[in-house]
Amino acid sequence: MTSLMRAVGRRPAPWLAGAALLWFALYRGLVPFSGWLVGLLPVERGSHLGNAWQFFFYDTPKVLLLLTGIVFVMGMINSYFTPERTRALLAGRREGAANIFAATLGIVTPFCSCSAVPLFIGFVQAGVPLGVTFSFLISAPMVNEVALALLFGLFGWRIALLYLALGLSVAIVAGWIIGRLRMEQYLEDWVREMPRTAAVADQSAVPLAERMEAGIGAVRDIVGRVWPYVVAGIAIGAGIHGYVPENFMAQLMGKEAWWSVPVAVLIGVPMYSNAAGIIPIVEALLAKGAALGTALAFMMSVIALSLPEVVILRKVLKLRLIATFVGVVASGILLVGYVFNAVL
Amino acid sequence: MKDVKVLGTGCSKCRSTTQLIEEVARARGAEIRVEKIEQMQDIVRFGVMTTPAVVIDGLVVHAGGVPSRAKVEGWF
Repeated sequence: MTSLMRAVGRRPAPWLAGAALLWFALYRGLVPFSGWLVGLLPVERGSHLGNAWQFFFYDTPKVLLLLTGIVFVMGMINSYFTPERTRALLAGRREGAANIFAATLGIVTPFCSCSAVPLFIGFVQAGVPLGVTFSFLISAPMVNEVALALLFGLFGWRIALLYLALGLSVAIVAGWIIGRLRMEQYLEDWVREMPRTAAVADQSAVPLAERMEAGIGAVRDIVGRVWPYVVAGIAIGAGIHGYVPENFMAQLMGKEAWWSVPVAVLIGVPMYSNAAGIIPIVEALLAKGAALGTALAFMMSVIALSLPEVVILRKVLKLRLIATFVGVVASGILLVGYVFNAVL
Repeated sequence: MKDVKVLGTGCSKCRSTTQLIEEVARARGAEIRVEKIEQMQDIVRFGVMTTPAVVIDGLVVHAGGVPSRAKVEGWF
Protein backbone atom coordinates (compact mmCIF):
# COMPACT_ATOMS: atom_id res chain seq x y z
CA MET A 1 0.00 0.00 0.00
CA THR A 2 2.68 2.50 0.95
CA SER A 3 4.87 1.68 -2.05
CA LEU A 4 1.85 2.14 -4.28
CA MET A 5 1.14 5.48 -2.63
CA ARG A 6 4.72 6.50 -3.30
CA ALA A 7 4.39 5.58 -6.96
CA VAL A 8 1.18 7.61 -7.14
CA GLY A 9 2.91 10.47 -5.39
CA ARG A 10 5.62 10.65 -8.04
CA ARG A 11 3.28 10.87 -11.03
CA PRO A 12 -0.22 11.64 -9.79
CA ALA A 13 -1.93 12.76 -13.02
CA PRO A 14 -1.61 9.51 -15.06
CA TRP A 15 -2.68 7.48 -12.02
CA LEU A 16 -5.73 9.66 -11.63
CA ALA A 17 -6.64 9.20 -15.30
CA GLY A 18 -6.08 5.44 -15.04
CA ALA A 19 -8.26 5.17 -11.96
CA ALA A 20 -11.04 7.12 -13.69
CA LEU A 21 -10.88 4.80 -16.73
CA LEU A 22 -10.96 1.70 -14.55
CA TRP A 23 -13.93 3.13 -12.67
CA PHE A 24 -15.92 3.68 -15.89
CA ALA A 25 -15.04 0.23 -17.20
CA LEU A 26 -16.27 -1.37 -13.97
CA TYR A 27 -19.43 0.71 -14.01
CA ARG A 28 -20.23 -0.27 -17.61
CA GLY A 29 -19.62 -3.93 -16.88
CA LEU A 30 -22.11 -4.15 -14.04
CA VAL A 31 -25.23 -5.31 -15.89
CA PRO A 32 -23.62 -8.30 -17.64
CA PHE A 33 -21.76 -9.12 -14.43
CA SER A 34 -24.87 -9.24 -12.24
CA GLY A 35 -26.74 -11.29 -14.87
CA TRP A 36 -23.87 -13.76 -14.97
CA LEU A 37 -23.69 -13.98 -11.19
CA VAL A 38 -27.41 -14.69 -10.84
CA GLY A 39 -27.08 -17.30 -13.60
CA LEU A 40 -24.78 -19.21 -11.27
CA LEU A 41 -27.40 -19.39 -8.54
CA PRO A 42 -29.84 -22.27 -8.41
CA VAL A 43 -32.89 -20.01 -8.78
CA GLU A 44 -35.20 -19.56 -11.71
CA ARG A 45 -34.73 -16.44 -13.80
CA GLY A 46 -37.69 -14.07 -13.70
CA SER A 47 -38.99 -15.60 -10.46
CA HIS A 48 -39.47 -13.44 -7.35
CA LEU A 49 -36.30 -14.80 -5.81
CA GLY A 50 -34.33 -14.47 -9.06
CA ASN A 51 -35.38 -10.82 -9.43
CA ALA A 52 -34.48 -10.09 -5.85
CA TRP A 53 -30.99 -11.52 -6.31
CA GLN A 54 -30.46 -9.75 -9.61
CA PHE A 55 -31.49 -6.45 -7.98
CA PHE A 56 -29.10 -7.08 -5.10
CA PHE A 57 -26.13 -8.09 -7.25
CA TYR A 58 -26.60 -5.14 -9.56
CA ASP A 59 -27.40 -2.44 -7.06
CA THR A 60 -24.78 -3.26 -4.44
CA PRO A 61 -21.69 -2.86 -6.65
CA LYS A 62 -23.33 0.02 -8.51
CA VAL A 63 -24.05 2.06 -5.41
CA LEU A 64 -20.70 1.22 -3.80
CA LEU A 65 -18.87 2.23 -6.98
CA LEU A 66 -20.80 5.48 -7.22
CA LEU A 67 -20.18 6.17 -3.57
CA THR A 68 -16.45 5.49 -3.89
CA GLY A 69 -16.16 7.69 -6.98
CA ILE A 70 -18.10 10.60 -5.56
CA VAL A 71 -16.48 10.43 -2.12
CA PHE A 72 -13.03 10.39 -3.74
CA VAL A 73 -13.78 13.41 -5.92
CA MET A 74 -15.36 15.24 -2.98
CA GLY A 75 -12.36 14.38 -0.81
CA MET A 76 -10.18 16.13 -3.37
CA ILE A 77 -12.57 19.09 -3.67
CA ASN A 78 -12.77 19.31 0.13
CA SER A 79 -9.06 19.98 0.24
CA TYR A 80 -9.71 23.29 -1.54
CA PHE A 81 -12.37 24.35 0.95
CA THR A 82 -11.02 24.12 4.46
CA PRO A 83 -13.30 25.58 7.14
CA GLU A 84 -10.74 28.36 7.61
CA ARG A 85 -10.97 29.37 3.97
CA THR A 86 -14.76 29.16 3.96
CA ARG A 87 -14.85 31.39 7.01
CA ALA A 88 -12.56 33.91 5.34
CA LEU A 89 -14.87 33.91 2.31
CA LEU A 90 -17.94 34.58 4.45
CA ALA A 91 -16.60 37.01 7.05
CA GLY A 92 -18.04 40.49 6.95
CA ARG A 93 -20.58 39.78 4.21
CA ARG A 94 -24.10 41.14 4.31
CA GLU A 95 -27.02 38.80 4.80
CA GLY A 96 -28.98 37.80 1.75
CA ALA A 97 -26.58 36.76 -0.98
CA ALA A 98 -24.23 35.54 1.73
CA ASN A 99 -26.86 33.02 2.89
CA ILE A 100 -26.89 31.48 -0.59
CA PHE A 101 -23.10 31.52 -0.65
CA ALA A 102 -22.85 29.93 2.81
CA ALA A 103 -25.32 27.15 2.01
CA THR A 104 -23.44 26.34 -1.20
CA LEU A 105 -20.11 26.31 0.61
CA GLY A 106 -21.72 23.92 3.07
CA ILE A 107 -21.78 21.27 0.35
CA VAL A 108 -18.07 21.40 -0.40
CA THR A 109 -16.60 22.18 3.01
CA PRO A 110 -15.77 19.07 5.02
CA PHE A 111 -17.95 18.91 8.09
CA CYS A 112 -18.36 16.61 11.04
CA SER A 113 -21.16 17.17 13.52
CA CYS A 114 -18.68 16.74 16.36
CA SER A 115 -17.04 20.00 15.22
CA ALA A 116 -20.31 21.93 14.99
CA VAL A 117 -19.65 24.03 18.09
CA PRO A 118 -16.04 25.12 17.47
CA LEU A 119 -17.01 25.84 13.90
CA PHE A 120 -19.99 27.89 14.98
CA ILE A 121 -17.89 29.94 17.37
CA GLY A 122 -15.08 30.32 14.85
CA PHE A 123 -17.51 31.76 12.31
CA VAL A 124 -19.30 34.13 14.67
CA GLN A 125 -16.03 35.32 16.18
CA ALA A 126 -14.65 36.24 12.78
CA GLY A 127 -17.69 38.37 11.97
CA VAL A 128 -19.76 35.98 9.89
CA PRO A 129 -23.37 37.10 10.52
CA LEU A 130 -25.42 34.75 12.71
CA GLY A 131 -27.98 33.91 10.01
CA VAL A 132 -25.25 33.20 7.48
CA THR A 133 -23.53 30.91 9.97
CA PHE A 134 -26.80 29.04 10.38
CA SER A 135 -27.24 28.67 6.63
CA PHE A 136 -23.86 26.97 6.59
CA LEU A 137 -24.59 24.89 9.64
CA ILE A 138 -27.87 23.60 8.23
CA SER A 139 -26.60 22.86 4.75
CA ALA A 140 -23.28 21.22 5.68
CA PRO A 141 -24.64 18.04 7.28
CA MET A 142 -27.85 17.81 5.25
CA VAL A 143 -26.57 18.31 1.70
CA ASN A 144 -23.51 16.11 1.60
CA GLU A 145 -21.87 13.88 -0.96
CA VAL A 146 -22.91 10.64 0.72
CA ALA A 147 -26.60 11.55 0.64
CA LEU A 148 -26.36 12.72 -2.96
CA ALA A 149 -24.38 9.70 -4.14
CA LEU A 150 -26.83 7.29 -2.53
CA LEU A 151 -29.91 9.07 -3.82
CA PHE A 152 -28.37 9.16 -7.28
CA GLY A 153 -27.42 5.49 -7.20
CA LEU A 154 -30.71 4.21 -5.84
CA PHE A 155 -33.36 6.59 -7.15
CA GLY A 156 -31.75 8.36 -10.11
CA TRP A 157 -30.35 11.83 -10.78
CA ARG A 158 -33.70 13.62 -10.67
CA ILE A 159 -34.31 12.79 -7.04
CA ALA A 160 -30.69 13.53 -6.15
CA LEU A 161 -30.94 16.96 -7.80
CA LEU A 162 -34.28 17.68 -6.14
CA TYR A 163 -32.82 16.81 -2.77
CA LEU A 164 -29.88 19.11 -3.48
CA ALA A 165 -32.10 22.02 -4.52
CA LEU A 166 -34.54 21.58 -1.64
CA GLY A 167 -31.84 21.08 0.96
CA LEU A 168 -30.13 24.28 -0.18
CA SER A 169 -33.43 26.16 -0.15
CA VAL A 170 -34.21 25.11 3.40
CA ALA A 171 -30.70 26.12 4.53
CA ILE A 172 -30.82 29.49 2.76
CA VAL A 173 -34.31 30.49 3.87
CA ALA A 174 -34.00 29.17 7.44
CA GLY A 175 -30.67 30.97 7.88
CA TRP A 176 -32.08 34.16 6.45
CA ILE A 177 -35.09 34.08 8.77
CA ILE A 178 -32.90 33.44 11.82
CA GLY A 179 -30.76 36.39 10.74
CA ARG A 180 -33.84 38.64 10.39
CA LEU A 181 -34.98 37.73 13.88
CA ARG A 182 -31.86 39.41 15.31
CA MET A 183 -31.19 36.84 17.96
CA GLU A 184 -27.58 37.68 18.71
CA GLN A 185 -28.42 38.23 22.39
CA TYR A 186 -29.43 34.59 22.68
CA LEU A 187 -25.91 33.37 22.19
CA GLU A 188 -24.45 32.14 25.48
CA ASP A 189 -22.68 34.94 27.32
CA TRP A 190 -19.23 33.39 27.16
CA VAL A 191 -19.52 33.17 23.38
CA ARG A 192 -20.38 36.84 23.04
CA GLU A 193 -17.51 37.77 25.32
CA MET A 194 -14.93 35.96 23.23
CA PRO A 195 -12.51 38.32 21.52
CA ARG A 196 -13.08 38.92 17.85
CA THR A 197 -10.55 37.28 15.60
CA ALA A 198 -9.49 38.04 12.07
CA ALA A 199 -10.43 35.43 9.51
CA VAL A 200 -7.20 34.40 7.89
CA ALA A 201 -6.78 31.35 5.75
CA ASP A 202 -3.64 29.56 4.74
CA GLN A 203 -3.29 30.15 1.01
CA SER A 204 -0.39 27.80 0.36
CA ALA A 205 -0.77 25.62 -2.73
CA VAL A 206 -1.39 21.92 -2.16
CA PRO A 207 0.17 19.51 -4.68
CA LEU A 208 -2.12 17.20 -6.68
CA ALA A 209 -0.65 14.10 -5.04
CA GLU A 210 -1.66 15.42 -1.63
CA ARG A 211 -5.21 16.15 -2.81
CA MET A 212 -5.43 12.61 -4.17
CA GLU A 213 -4.22 11.34 -0.85
CA ALA A 214 -7.02 13.32 0.78
CA GLY A 215 -9.47 11.69 -1.64
CA ILE A 216 -8.19 8.21 -0.83
CA GLY A 217 -8.33 9.02 2.86
CA ALA A 218 -11.95 10.13 2.50
CA VAL A 219 -12.84 6.90 0.69
CA ARG A 220 -11.16 4.80 3.35
CA ASP A 221 -12.85 6.71 6.13
CA ILE A 222 -16.35 7.25 4.71
CA VAL A 223 -16.91 4.22 2.49
CA GLY A 224 -15.25 2.03 5.11
CA ARG A 225 -17.75 3.23 7.68
CA VAL A 226 -20.82 3.42 5.52
CA TRP A 227 -20.81 0.30 3.37
CA PRO A 228 -22.66 -2.00 5.81
CA TYR A 229 -25.61 0.43 5.80
CA VAL A 230 -25.60 0.51 2.04
CA VAL A 231 -25.61 -3.25 1.72
CA ALA A 232 -28.34 -3.49 4.37
CA GLY A 233 -30.40 -0.89 2.55
CA ILE A 234 -30.16 -2.66 -0.76
CA ALA A 235 -30.89 -6.01 0.86
CA ILE A 236 -34.06 -4.54 2.34
CA GLY A 237 -34.90 -3.07 -1.03
CA ALA A 238 -34.28 -6.39 -2.74
CA GLY A 239 -36.21 -8.28 -0.10
CA ILE A 240 -39.35 -6.22 -0.38
CA HIS A 241 -39.01 -6.06 -4.14
CA GLY A 242 -40.86 -9.29 -4.50
CA TYR A 243 -42.53 -9.92 -1.19
CA VAL A 244 -44.21 -7.12 0.71
CA PRO A 245 -47.34 -5.97 -1.12
CA GLU A 246 -46.76 -2.91 -3.26
CA ASN A 247 -49.17 -0.56 -1.49
CA PHE A 248 -48.38 -1.55 2.04
CA MET A 249 -47.26 1.97 3.05
CA ALA A 250 -49.48 3.91 0.68
CA GLN A 251 -52.30 4.35 3.17
CA LEU A 252 -49.99 5.41 5.96
CA MET A 253 -47.56 7.59 4.06
CA GLY A 254 -49.15 8.09 0.66
CA LYS A 255 -50.15 11.42 -0.84
CA GLU A 256 -53.70 11.21 0.43
CA ALA A 257 -52.65 11.12 4.05
CA TRP A 258 -52.21 14.86 4.76
CA TRP A 259 -50.88 14.23 8.24
CA SER A 260 -48.09 11.94 7.03
CA VAL A 261 -45.59 14.77 6.42
CA PRO A 262 -45.78 16.30 9.91
CA VAL A 263 -45.67 12.85 11.47
CA ALA A 264 -42.60 11.97 9.41
CA VAL A 265 -40.87 15.19 10.47
CA LEU A 266 -41.86 14.76 14.11
CA ILE A 267 -40.39 11.26 14.15
CA GLY A 268 -37.34 12.33 12.17
CA VAL A 269 -36.26 15.40 14.15
CA PRO A 270 -35.04 13.72 17.36
CA MET A 271 -33.54 10.75 15.49
CA TYR A 272 -29.85 10.77 14.86
CA SER A 273 -28.37 9.05 11.87
CA ASN A 274 -26.14 9.82 8.94
CA ALA A 275 -27.28 9.77 5.34
CA ALA A 276 -26.16 6.19 4.84
CA GLY A 277 -28.04 4.87 7.84
CA ILE A 278 -31.32 6.44 6.80
CA ILE A 279 -31.23 5.39 3.15
CA PRO A 280 -32.32 1.78 3.79
CA ILE A 281 -35.45 3.08 5.50
CA VAL A 282 -36.19 5.56 2.75
CA GLU A 283 -35.71 2.84 0.18
CA ALA A 284 -38.16 0.57 1.98
CA LEU A 285 -40.72 3.38 2.38
CA LEU A 286 -40.58 4.48 -1.24
CA ALA A 287 -40.71 0.98 -2.63
CA LYS A 288 -43.93 0.37 -0.77
CA GLY A 289 -45.89 3.37 -1.89
CA ALA A 290 -44.89 6.14 0.53
CA ALA A 291 -45.06 9.53 -1.18
CA LEU A 292 -41.71 10.97 -2.26
CA GLY A 293 -42.18 14.26 -0.42
CA THR A 294 -42.97 12.45 2.81
CA ALA A 295 -39.94 10.16 2.48
CA LEU A 296 -37.56 13.03 1.63
CA ALA A 297 -38.92 15.18 4.46
CA PHE A 298 -38.29 12.28 6.81
CA MET A 299 -34.74 11.87 5.51
CA MET A 300 -33.98 15.60 5.77
CA SER A 301 -35.30 15.90 9.30
CA VAL A 302 -33.26 12.91 10.47
CA ILE A 303 -30.03 14.23 8.97
CA ALA A 304 -30.43 17.96 9.59
CA LEU A 305 -31.72 17.93 13.16
CA SER A 306 -31.09 15.56 16.01
CA LEU A 307 -31.30 15.42 19.76
CA PRO A 308 -27.50 14.99 20.27
CA GLU A 309 -26.84 17.99 18.04
CA VAL A 310 -29.27 20.12 20.02
CA VAL A 311 -27.56 19.05 23.24
CA ILE A 312 -24.17 20.05 21.83
CA LEU A 313 -25.44 23.38 20.51
CA ARG A 314 -27.00 24.16 23.88
CA LYS A 315 -23.47 24.96 25.07
CA VAL A 316 -23.34 28.01 22.83
CA LEU A 317 -26.97 28.93 22.22
CA LYS A 318 -29.62 29.90 24.72
CA LEU A 319 -32.81 27.88 24.73
CA ARG A 320 -34.79 30.45 22.79
CA LEU A 321 -32.36 30.46 19.86
CA ILE A 322 -32.20 26.66 19.79
CA ALA A 323 -35.98 26.44 19.75
CA THR A 324 -36.09 28.97 16.92
CA PHE A 325 -33.44 27.05 14.99
CA VAL A 326 -35.27 23.73 15.33
CA GLY A 327 -38.63 25.33 14.65
CA VAL A 328 -37.58 27.20 11.52
CA VAL A 329 -35.70 24.27 10.00
CA ALA A 330 -38.48 21.79 10.79
CA SER A 331 -41.07 24.11 9.23
CA GLY A 332 -38.92 24.44 6.12
CA ILE A 333 -38.68 20.67 5.80
CA LEU A 334 -42.41 20.34 6.37
CA LEU A 335 -43.07 22.80 3.56
CA VAL A 336 -40.71 20.90 1.28
CA GLY A 337 -42.59 17.67 1.96
CA TYR A 338 -45.96 19.24 1.18
CA VAL A 339 -44.81 21.04 -1.95
CA PHE A 340 -43.23 17.86 -3.23
CA ASN A 341 -46.31 15.77 -2.65
CA ALA A 342 -48.46 18.42 -4.31
CA VAL A 343 -46.27 18.84 -7.39
CA LEU A 344 -45.41 15.24 -8.20
CA MET B 1 10.29 17.91 26.67
CA LYS B 2 7.51 18.79 24.29
CA ASP B 3 4.16 19.87 25.58
CA VAL B 4 1.48 18.24 23.43
CA LYS B 5 -2.22 19.01 23.72
CA VAL B 6 -4.91 17.04 21.92
CA LEU B 7 -8.09 19.06 21.52
CA GLY B 8 -11.40 17.28 21.09
CA THR B 9 -14.57 16.49 22.95
CA GLY B 10 -13.72 12.85 23.48
CA CYS B 11 -14.83 11.32 20.17
CA SER B 12 -13.13 8.16 18.91
CA LYS B 13 -10.99 10.13 16.47
CA CYS B 14 -9.55 12.13 19.36
CA ARG B 15 -8.63 8.95 21.19
CA SER B 16 -6.87 7.47 18.18
CA THR B 17 -5.02 10.76 17.67
CA THR B 18 -3.71 10.62 21.25
CA GLN B 19 -2.74 6.99 20.83
CA LEU B 20 -0.91 7.64 17.58
CA ILE B 21 1.05 10.51 19.07
CA GLU B 22 2.09 8.49 22.10
CA GLU B 23 3.06 5.57 19.91
CA VAL B 24 5.19 7.60 17.50
CA ALA B 25 6.86 9.54 20.29
CA ARG B 26 7.76 6.31 22.06
CA ALA B 27 9.14 4.78 18.86
CA ARG B 28 11.24 7.85 18.20
CA GLY B 29 12.36 8.25 21.79
CA ALA B 30 10.94 11.76 22.00
CA GLU B 31 10.04 13.06 25.44
CA ILE B 32 6.56 14.44 25.50
CA ARG B 33 3.80 15.27 27.88
CA VAL B 34 0.36 14.68 26.42
CA GLU B 35 -2.63 16.52 27.75
CA LYS B 36 -6.22 16.15 26.59
CA ILE B 37 -8.31 19.28 26.29
CA GLU B 38 -11.96 18.29 26.30
CA GLN B 39 -13.82 21.36 27.51
CA MET B 40 -15.43 23.27 24.66
CA GLN B 41 -14.46 26.67 26.07
CA ASP B 42 -10.81 25.64 26.24
CA ILE B 43 -10.81 24.13 22.76
CA VAL B 44 -12.28 27.23 21.21
CA ARG B 45 -9.69 29.40 22.91
CA PHE B 46 -7.03 27.91 20.63
CA GLY B 47 -8.93 29.18 17.61
CA VAL B 48 -9.46 25.80 15.98
CA MET B 49 -12.70 25.11 14.15
CA THR B 50 -12.39 21.40 13.59
CA THR B 51 -11.45 18.65 15.99
CA PRO B 52 -9.41 16.64 16.75
CA ALA B 53 -6.67 19.23 16.74
CA VAL B 54 -3.10 19.07 18.01
CA VAL B 55 -1.19 21.85 19.78
CA ILE B 56 2.55 21.52 20.38
CA ASP B 57 4.26 24.01 22.67
CA GLY B 58 1.37 26.42 22.25
CA LEU B 59 1.18 26.24 18.45
CA VAL B 60 -1.70 24.65 16.55
CA VAL B 61 0.00 22.19 14.21
CA HIS B 62 -2.99 20.20 13.04
CA ALA B 63 -6.79 20.38 12.94
CA GLY B 64 -9.70 18.43 11.56
CA GLY B 65 -9.16 14.68 11.75
CA VAL B 66 -6.62 12.09 12.78
CA PRO B 67 -3.21 13.21 11.48
CA SER B 68 -1.28 10.87 9.20
CA ARG B 69 1.56 8.91 10.75
CA ALA B 70 4.05 10.69 8.49
CA LYS B 71 2.81 14.03 9.76
CA VAL B 72 3.14 12.97 13.39
CA GLU B 73 6.64 11.66 12.72
CA GLY B 74 7.53 15.09 11.41
CA TRP B 75 6.73 16.62 14.80
CA PHE B 76 9.16 14.53 16.84
